[in-house]
Amino acid sequence: MLATILKRLLGAVPNLIGVVIVTFLLTRALPGDPAAFFAGPAGTAEAVEQIRVKLGLDKPLFEQFFLYVRDLAHGDWGNSLATGQPVLTELTTRLPASLELTLVGLVVAVVVAIPLGILAATRPGSWIDHLCRAVATAGVSLPTFFTGLLLAYVFYFLLGWAPSPLGRLDPYLTSPPHVTGFYLIDSLLARDLEVFVSAAKQLLLPALTLALFVLAPLARMTRAAMLGVLSADYIRTARAAGLSGSTVLFTYAFRNALLPVMTTLGMVFSFLLGSNVLVEKVFAWPGIGSFAIEALVASDYAPVQGFVLTMALLYVFLNLAIDIAYGIVDPRMRLHA
Amino acid sequence: MSALLSVENLSIEFRTRGGTVRAIENVSLQLETGESLGLVGESGSGKSVLSFAILGIQDAAARITQGTMRFAGQDMLARRGEAMKTLRGRELAMIFQNPRVALNPIRQAGHQIEDVLRRHTDLKGAALRARAIECLAEVRIPDPERRFAAYPFELSGGMCQRVMIAIALACRPRLLIADEPTTGLDATTQAAIMRLIRDLGREKGMATLLITHDLGLAREFCERLAVMHAGHIVEQGPTETLFRASAHPYTEQLVRATPVGQDRLENLAAIPGNLPDLRRVDLPHCRFAERCQRGDAACASPLPRHALTTAHLVACHRPRLEAAA
Amino acid sequence: MPEITLASSTQAANAWAQRWRMLRYVVAENPLSLVAFLLFAAFVMLAAIGPWLAPFDPLASNVGTPLTPPSSAHWFGTDALGRDILSRVMVAARLDLGIAVAAVGLSCILGGLAGACAGYFGGWTDRIVGRISDTIMAFPLFVLAMGIVAALGNTVANIVLATAIINLPFYIRVARAESTVLRNAAFVEAARLAGNSEARLLFHHIIPNILPPITVQISLNMGWAILNAAGLSFIGLGVRPPQAEWGIMVAEGAQYIVSGEWWIALFPGAVLMLAVFCFNLLGDSLRDLVDPRRRT
Repeated sequence: MLATILKRLLGAVPNLIGVVIVTFLLTRALPGDPAAFFAGPAGTAEAVEQIRVKLGLDKPLFEQFFLYVRDLAHGDWGNSLATGQPVLTELTTRLPASLELTLVGLVVAVVVAIPLGILAATRPGSWIDHLCRAVATAGVSLPTFFTGLLLAYVFYFLLGWAPSPLGRLDPYLTSPPHVTGFYLIDSLLARDLEVFVSAAKQLLLPALTLALFVLAPLARMTRAAMLGVLSADYIRTARAAGLSGSTVLFTYAFRNALLPVMTTLGMVFSFLLGSNVLVEKVFAWPGIGSFAIEALVASDYAPVQGFVLTMALLYVFLNLAIDIAYGIVDPRMRLHA
Repeated sequence: MSALLSVENLSIEFRTRGGTVRAIENVSLQLETGESLGLVGESGSGKSVLSFAILGIQDAAARITQGTMRFAGQDMLARRGEAMKTLRGRELAMIFQNPRVALNPIRQAGHQIEDVLRRHTDLKGAALRARAIECLAEVRIPDPERRFAAYPFELSGGMCQRVMIAIALACRPRLLIADEPTTGLDATTQAAIMRLIRDLGREKGMATLLITHDLGLAREFCERLAVMHAGHIVEQGPTETLFRASAHPYTEQLVRATPVGQDRLENLAAIPGNLPDLRRVDLPHCRFAERCQRGDAACASPLPRHALTTAHLVACHRPRLEAAA
Repeated sequence: MPEITLASSTQAANAWAQRWRMLRYVVAENPLSLVAFLLFAAFVMLAAIGPWLAPFDPLASNVGTPLTPPSSAHWFGTDALGRDILSRVMVAARLDLGIAVAAVGLSCILGGLAGACAGYFGGWTDRIVGRISDTIMAFPLFVLAMGIVAALGNTVANIVLATAIINLPFYIRVARAESTVLRNAAFVEAARLAGNSEARLLFHHIIPNILPPITVQISLNMGWAILNAAGLSFIGLGVRPPQAEWGIMVAEGAQYIVSGEWWIALFPGAVLMLAVFCFNLLGDSLRDLVDPRRRT
């Protein structure tokens, strides 16, 4: 087991290197003089020169890359022009907001999509099968920023069920003491039910928007995988042995169907993190996505690059986690490790 | 005396987009306690459809349109859902072809046996595990304690088939249906598996229904044969009678197509023609008529069922009667 | 040789006849694919002649009273500057579909070629192409597109480029898988023995045969490409106001939706959704047609 995990960890290294190289190239691909860009529109000639030396732009590209990696490793991700704060600090304070949103969205999607896919596969041709197919096709066609607005209009403006789509908390409440950075957890730790309810209400619509988008590929894959597995020979064996319906469905069919579903989870996470940015903008969610958008609009490049790197690292680790989980579920993988 | 398994006039249809497939028509057969019956015929002749129906695990599109099935005197078509499931796996069991894919690939062999035992017995914990290991030992798997934790991909095809037999026999069923149990295994393993099934059948007084397209295998293993063609049982009787004096032209050709002893390959007669399309509306009464060299105008009328002896039945207008003597 | 050609041409004819039967079957089985096809035709027409069909100048302010809801004069209402939303939505079709078509076209040519070479030559070519593809896939794709546009400059051309880059791995994967199989196919082997050069084999025997799966991939990707491009302009990249584009129009309407002026964001958003939906449906139908086994 440990060998499997180690092997997977090693497997992630080339991707990690690739990610760092690409983000480095992106910092150097800025049109014109990167130093001028990092100095911002208000940068004086001295400031530009200072940045040029600091970034090592006067050195050969190869050396620049090592300097870049060294700075990254030391936590020097540059400074935000707008706030003057180090980018890494800005990102780490905002990351929990993004993670909380993403995770809740994912959980909602999984909780709906997997039963839907299973039901559709066990009742082919029924209304639930048609519903699943409709959801799968319609869901991936939804522009997340548009569904988010639509949900806000219906549930906030028309029905008044949801709070105003601005931020993580009712503006009259103060955020719970920082422990994990997840308001849902921190408020419970602080035994502040009011904050918890408010945070949950604020989270509802953005998480739902995200879930609607990622639900589709998940439901589609679950259905397809279950259909494939249910016609497998070993399911027939299990039924011939008189095993109960639930044993056949869960112990035999679902656990096998989980494998192809897990391989598509990587794509699902890619969707999730990407649409997370759009949802943050729609709901003024104070995460790293809206931070990056603000910086982007202001031509403030260090935060954008820090954001791209953070998301890529996050994604590499998520894929690693999927890989390891796959190795645990599928005994055949352990042998090849 | 009532038979262990008795199927009377069973017909099964499949409704498909291309039309209704009359997969099984008017099939009757009996199986006594401890007896071994071979159900032989080409692929697509309906052998597997019939065996799945006996077990009650037929495809959702399959419809039983007429007939009865009784097992140990109980009407099986009347037993639905849970009642049938308790019978299945405990009284009736089945093993399949391609054992490597017929076992759950991500579950330990021992656990798959335990699943069956847990379903049909009250065994728990250590006793459950001990019984599962015993089951593995019964099918002559060496080192059963270690093999208990093996996954199917870690076992050879023959070992997988033994595990499947262990699953099937775990609850000591009275009837074992073996559907092409040696397909996908190499020749030496085939013989070992067939010996195992026969020996275990004798030890436990279990009836066996062997489904195969290999007449030679059936001859070696079965006391009685039923020959299927395009959803009909065209002839059934004691194995040696069918080999010496087959009455149905299809059986005759099958027997001739079966290599025995020194037969040279060029002597093997191929059976001309294909199975008819069972969706056809104008399907003749005798589904072999279009491939038959002996047929005549009389063959267009509904099929008779001749009993040449009490044990030897044939469904043909022009059976080879002189041979029956 | 002539017999072989004859046989293969009748085979091809049979294949097309079979596809035609399959097409009718797919339409009968899933009437939605017919709807999708009609929608597709409508969008293509809109992109071609939308600017002539639009009742008003899409950029002109105050053609109506600002922020009026849909009426008989302005079917989709007007925005904060009094521009006619219907006209803007119609005119935007060309830009939105244009970006997606250009991006997907670029992506399938580059990715298809790279994948075909990787599969055909194997070895180092394969390793390098594979590494590039893996590195792109190591990013959340939309985020990578953001980074690329941010780095290269905030222009429509760069939106096209970024969308093309994040789509590359899909084409590389499809083309590589197909050409790995084809490399050892009997007819390629025969052509090689007949003394054809490697380049000729690649372009005359491998690439024509990977076109069908690539086509399916294109139709499956198109909707996603539209979504990505619109998403980028929604967050303020690429297309600049006052230009009409669905993503940016939704962004412009976003601030009004919480005060009840729903039509500004709704119509461009709904049309965008319809366009993506139509391409996704077409993609599914096309896949069923080309590869019925993969129906899900």
